[in-house]
Amino acid sequence: MTLDRRQFLALAGAGAAVAGTAQTAKAQPVKTTAKIVILGAGAGGAALANRLAERLDGAQITLIDGRKEHWYQPGFTLIGAGLKPASYSVSGTGEWLPSGTRWVQDYAAEIDPESKKITTRGGEVVEYDYLIVATGLTLDWGAIEGFSLDMVGQDGIGALYAGPDYAARTWAAMDRFTDEGGDGLFLRPATEMKCAGAPLKYTFITDDRARRKDTRGKVNMTYAAPQTNLFGVPIVHEKVRMLFGDRGINTHYGHTLTAIDPGKKRATFATAGGATELPYDFLHVIPPQRAPEVIRNSPLPWADKWTDQGWIEVDKHTLRHARYPEVFGVGDICGVPKGKTAASVKWQVPVVEDHLVAQIAGKEGTEMYNGYTSCPLITRIGRAMLVEFDYNNNLTPSFPGIIAPLEELWISWLMKEIALKATYQAMLRGKA
Amino acid sequence: MKDLTFETLIAVFEQIFGRGLFWAMVVAAVLVTVAFLYALIRDKGVISRYFLRAEIMAPVGAVAAILFVQFMTSSGFRDIGGPIDVIVLILIGLAGAGAAVFLAYTVQALLSKNEA
Repeated sequence: MTLDRRQFLALAGAGAAVAGTAQTAKAQPVKTTAKIVILGAGAGGAALANRLAERLDGAQITLIDGRKEHWYQPGFTLIGAGLKPASYSVSGTGEWLPSGTRWVQDYAAEIDPESKKITTRGGEVVEYDYLIVATGLTLDWGAIEGFSLDMVGQDGIGALYAGPDYAARTWAAMDRFTDEGGDGLFLRPATEMKCAGAPLKYTFITDDRARRKDTRGKVNMTYAAPQTNLFGVPIVHEKVRMLFGDRGINTHYGHTLTAIDPGKKRATFATAGGATELPYDFLHVIPPQRAPEVIRNSPLPWADKWTDQGWIEVDKHTLRHARYPEVFGVGDICGVPKGKTAASVKWQVPVVEDHLVAQIAGKEGTEMYNGYTSCPLITRIGRAMLVEFDYNNNLTPSFPGIIAPLEELWISWLMKEIALKATYQAMLRGKA
Repeated sequence: MKDLTFETLIAVFEQIFGRGLFWAMVVAAVLVTVAFLYALIRDKGVISRYFLRAEIMAPVGAVAAILFVQFMTSSGFRDIGGPIDVIVLILIGLAGAGAAVFLAYTVQALLSKNEA
């Protein structure tokens, strides 16, 4: 057979055109005129809005969120490690919302699940048939006496949970500390918190930075936990305990930060034996975490659980509210035993989508959330453990026999560094 | 990973490289493949002296690919922690080597007016 260049290109082009027309079969959208309100346009709200816009035909989807910026929160540790700029975690809320949905750029001031109405701070009343609560949580900085956010980045105070700019300032303070040496003090709050691995990661990263600068000899590292463990999943706690031993990081259990004295550089902890003080040259503050006030003032939280925190009363498998069947929760706001991470959101969104769409179609949903949470636990820059677990504290590795969950691996770091943000953004678009 | 479909994978790669760069790379890869196939059909097979010369590029491609990934991810050889890491390193090296040979062969074949 003889073929000149032009004929060959024509043939190749035809082949590409045939390949391009192949499409995957999709479920027919459900026709409805339902009014769906999504409270919060963060990771959970945006992902669900995109999914519902695909699955429903004719629904009025309204998102209520006053925040213009979307924060990729898993990036905060990388910013705090000095590996990424603050802009790494910042995009616009509007970029992630599907066309055809309405975005009310204001915060909710009142939720009335009896009459199915939300009132915004600006006074707008939004009625709903179905409500998805995806507000996230609030960081209670005021609970730490003597601390204020304007201190972050100065006098050895870090707080990377506060946002991308604060994470960058935390790096500035940690960078200075690992140059000069002294007492490094790390901790977590007594409440439920988002990404319980992050405080540990930042401890490991600080240790690694000091080692790389050859200053580890003059750096003293201490981790204080209010609980009796370093991580809620016992097998992970044991592994971290061994790693802390290996890296020479001291631990205090039953210690809850209550106050700091920035002048004297001392932190006060509540313990079973009364208040105790620890010195610091670098302190990484993580405050107690609670539901936003508008949720705590509504009838949605549990009456007998987490009463100081206010998480909403949802079924832990379907995420449907226990008392208001047209209300669902997704993300940090859910009163479930685990799952305040973006990875949990990724697993929760298809469950809420399934039950909500089924309910609109007059059917029963079948998807169940098993408490899946994942944490690429960085143990130094370049290595991480891909820890995944469920409600029962079972490890649930995505790649069993290939990526060991409790081994410090380069591949797990690669996932955190390059694949995670991409997967997260695909999730926001409803694609993952 | 949940719902790891082909569509998800495309979305993930678009996010890693940016939509423009990713599709530019896909187009470049397709063009090189098409050019290679064209040369293959035109020359009625692989010309061994081009292939031999192209093979010199294999180690260069392998090392370049590994260093590129390490540079992009703030990591190094000291971070290899287990067997899977060694496998990933080898796979990245093989991909780089293969791509370099493929590209070198195609460039030589296209530049030469010689038809066997």
